[in-house]
Amino acid sequence: MADFVIVGAGECGARAAFALREKGFDGTITLIGSETHLPYERPPLSKEALVAGAGPKLVADAERYAAAGIAVLSGRTVLEIDRAGRRVRLGDGTALPYDKLLLATGARPRTLPGMACGGRIAALRSHDDATRIRAHLVEGSHVAILGGGFIGLELAASARKLGASVTLVEGLPRVLSRGVPAEIAAIVASRHAAEGVEVLCGAKVAGIEERPGEVRLTLEDGRVVSASLLVVGIGAVPNTELAEAAGLAVDNGIAVDGLLRTSDPDILAAGDCTSYPLPLYGDRRVRLESWRNAQEQGQLAAANMLGGGEAHCAVPWFWSDQYDMTLQIAGLADGAATTVRRDLGEGAFLLFHLDAEGRLIAASGIGKGNAVARDIRLAEMLIAARRHPDPAALAAPETKLKTLLAA
Amino acid sequence: MSDTWIEVCAADEIDEEDVIRFDHAGRTFAIYRSPEDTYHATDGLCTHEKIHLADGLVMDHIIECPKHNGRFDYKTGEAKGAPVCVDLRTYPVKVEGGTVFIGL
Ligand SMILES: Cc1cc2nc3c(=O)[nH]c(=O)nc-3n(C[C@H](O)[C@H](O)[C@H](O)COP(=O)(O)OP(=O)(O)OC[C@H]3O[C@@H](n4cnc5c(N)ncnc54)[C@H](O)[C@@H]3O)c2cc1C
Ligand code: FES
Repeated sequence: MADFVIVGAGECGARAAFALREKGFDGTITLIGSETHLPYERPPLSKEALVAGAGPKLVADAERYAAAGIAVLSGRTVLEIDRAGRRVRLGDGTALPYDKLLLATGARPRTLPGMACGGRIAALRSHDDATRIRAHLVEGSHVAILGGGFIGLELAASARKLGASVTLVEGLPRVLSRGVPAEIAAIVASRHAAEGVEVLCGAKVAGIEERPGEVRLTLEDGRVVSASLLVVGIGAVPNTELAEAAGLAVDNGIAVDGLLRTSDPDILAAGDCTSYPLPLYGDRRVRLESWRNAQEQGQLAAANMLGGGEAHCAVPWFWSDQYDMTLQIAGLADGAATTVRRDLGEGAFLLFHLDAEGRLIAASGIGKGNAVARDIRLAEMLIAARRHPDPAALAAPETKLKTLLAA
Repeated sequence: MSDTWIEVCAADEIDEEDVIRFDHAGRTFAIYRSPEDTYHATDGLCTHEKIHLADGLVMDHIIECPKHNGRFDYKTGEAKGAPVCVDLRTYPVKVEGGTVFIGL
């Protein structure tokens, strides 16, 4: 009987474990994770779960793992991969043999140079981080957020809902400068301002100082922000150390091929920790931090651990919720030559991004609730099919995108 | 079965391969018209998070949730994989004289 081991019990590792069983694998499955919780979904940590103070939203409860015969080792860290002996070694010295190994080690928050989290400085990645941050989000408190990316902005929205005041400091001239069109970022920023968030763009940090009862941020222009807590949301770095130490190729993430194989064919990697070639974008190597990508790659890794030979050919997709607005993005917009706008009413709109040949390469949209969801999904299918839709039809809300797909 | 038939809408108010939301007596439903021109009904909210499925996309006999793309077979209510694992409840539907009715 074969032994399959999965390192990293997050979204990706958990989905892979269940997918192995769904695909009929009858050997042993061991899912090992450093966190003490069963695998849970991270997106709610900055959104509704943070506001509600809810417990972790589990991918599956303990009974489902038991029923599927998946051994979950929580609170255990893999320290070493012994490729020659085909074993992983855990922190307590246990060695587990594997026939196939999946690395789904995810990512961790990028930290400020020389400044660890602790005290009044926090980052948001885990449920425990969220619990710690939430303790500071009370009526009348003041939090400072460094970084105007998705996590910082979602956190700002949640903090406002809890009655805390917020100052968000972004070094670049605008928020969401990575991967989000300026037109959409501007709407997000003005909504935050309208909700009372102090958004400081183009603001460089000169110093951070923890004092009794406060943390102080001094900006290069001399401004001082005093807060009860500073949350650092300046991106994430992939957890590649284990792979690197085992001599596997690493290139902004554990480098895998289209079948999610690392440079060792018995070791696969998937989710936030990997970089891989995207066929739809000329095999450009990317690393995505996206929930659906973690799921899809987990499922694909499972198929390929079983020798499926399926290549990853998905369209990147991401969403973010802030206040009553949802933003969705499908595809990669850099490399776009033209942008076409479609208005859906009540302020909701979509932007279609076409390359120089008129091929649709990305679509982004924002609106209340799920106003843009259906059209983004259809755009995603057009992107996957490498279509060159008529820009005039894209711009006209009365033309159903479904008809373009059928055309 | 002691279904009460509740009037939903005119049959042509739902496009082929599409869905609408129908609220009745404090509950919300999703009413579908399939590509084969049959009509179906399920609970209106996704079983992953409480999101209105009527904002989602109908493809063949699948409704895809607008929030995280969870999929259900709207004819049977069956959840078709991650992130949804709990099936949707379905309801009988009939079309009479060009009007769609749901049996509650
Ligand atoms: C606050 C927040 C909000 C988000 N919101 C969105 C959103 O709105 N939309 C979206 O698309 N995406 C969102 N994401 C991103 C999404 O959650 C991630 O893409 C997804 O969690 C990646 O899953 P993963 O399994 O690859 O990695 P992770 O979820 O990071 O899981 C990896 C696990 O492996 C464990 N691990 C690492 N090394 C070892 C080791 N050596 N031994 C044992 N265990 C190990 C880690 O502790 C961790 O538990 C959000 C992320 C965060 C943090
Ligand atoms: S709310 Fe429907 S899939 Fe998540």
